Amino acid sequence: MSTGTGGGGSGGGISGAMSPGAASPGDQHSVGVAAPSGIIRATLVKDLRLEWRSKDAINSMLFFSLLVVVVFSFSFDPSAEESRQIAGGLVWVAFLFAAVVALNQTWARELRNQVLDAYRVSPAPANALFLAKTVGNFIFVVVLEVLMTPLFIIFYRLRALGPAWQLLLVAAFGTWALVVNGTFFAAMSIRTRSREIMLPLLLFPISIPAILAMVQATTAILTGEYNARFWIVLLGTYDLVFTTGCLLLFELVLNAE
Amino acid sequence: MTDNVPVISVTNLIKQFGRFAALRGVTAEFAAGKLYAILGDNGAGKTTLLRTLAGLNHPSSGSVTILGTTRFHDICREVGYMAHPSLLYDEMSGMENLAYFARLYGLGDGVADRKTGGDRTADVIRAVGLDPDLTRPVGQYSQGMRQRMSLARALLNDPKILLLDEPFSNVDLRSARDMVRLLAGLRDQGKTIFVVTHQASLLEDSADEFIWMDAGKILGRAADFAEVAR
Repeated sequence: MSTGTGGGGSGGGISGAMSPGAASPGDQHSVGVAAPSGIIRATLVKDLRLEWRSKDAINSMLFFSLLVVVVFSFSFDPSAEESRQIAGGLVWVAFLFAAVVALNQTWARELRNQVLDAYRVSPAPANALFLAKTVGNFIFVVVLEVLMTPLFIIFYRLRALGPAWQLLLVAAFGTWALVVNGTFFAAMSIRTRSREIMLPLLLFPISIPAILAMVQATTAILTGEYNARFWIVLLGTYDLVFTTGCLLLFELVLNAE
Repeated sequence: MTDNVPVISVTNLIKQFGRFAALRGVTAEFAAGKLYAILGDNGAGKTTLLRTLAGLNHPSSGSVTILGTTRFHDICREVGYMAHPSLLYDEMSGMENLAYFARLYGLGDGVADRKTGGDRTADVIRAVGLDPDLTRPVGQYSQGMRQRMSLARALLNDPKILLLDEPFSNVDLRSARDMVRLLAGLRDQGKTIFVVTHQASLLEDSADEFIWMDAGKILGRAADFAEVAR
């Protein structure tokens, strides 16, 4: 057979490869049981590869966060003490809004060419897709945080007066809180007509306890005025509850028409 | 596997989207090892029927029994589905796409098997007349190549039942005939194949049965294309 309508290096022939009586490609292979961990890894690698090639999410997030840092640094001229008081809120609001950009991209890729249907007809479990997407978004937002944190420190002259290592816990738990709900609600809103508006409408109200905990914990660590432990435990509990809830409900969301 | 045991049985199937009924009480049985051509005008319910058989649409009422079960998840390994869109990632090559989907079916990604000549992903890509070593992303393929890669994806898990929605659209005549030969060969190996198409004449000599749909119902079934054409 010719290379078909597009040509371009595709050789071989349809009838030759699978002619009647010839061995089917399936004859020497059997369809096995896909381990969820293998599917999570494969989906994660696929998403990272797609993002590496398109850079859709990371570029949008970076530019958005950069604008927030620059615009606010020109709008206010806080002292070092004032910076410590407001930086927690500023940093997390910037990351929250930037994360929404990435979260919208996550499922938009699956809608192009209706690739999500290929996943739905496969035996792969729904939760493996959800976890892979959540971990992928977590990585994207962490990359953003790693790149943007030095800029926040420079522009707002930040220095932690409390135990700085706790900021790592707040960042990890806080980022997971944003992406686990964000991935879930982004999946819920993909079939709606105005999904880019729908996601923040669903995500922000339910994220209020997490955002409050993130801001309070960050402020506590930066100012050293009070202990951040309560807020960190609250964040961890929030993560546990919402991760469980999302895992229990995701199959319904994936198969909704 | 070419006896007349029904591999799919549909009973009073109704599918509504809001107030619009896309399928209005379809009842039919389909035997194993046959190639069915589903014909009809736009909006006749062909794609909805195929998507319902593929487990993508849930029936509003009625039932679909495939390989003896109504639980699609139990038999999804035995079904291959090709939609009108490609169901492929435009940014990845055909091989990368199929390697990913192979993982979903627990087939491995084929890379390790390649040296032993047992690379399933490469086999199905070759089977549809494409080159597995083509590194171009699918987004740069012609429409015809994309259709064939989409068919390769549907064949990946060696399904017993193939559901193909417009596999010949935008494919040149020679390639379309080659695809028909491939489908006839798969049918002869015992697979049950459903092809939704507007190009019925391509299947004139290969299809075992032509099914005519209109307004969400099966109006007629005939083994002879001329009968349907009338």
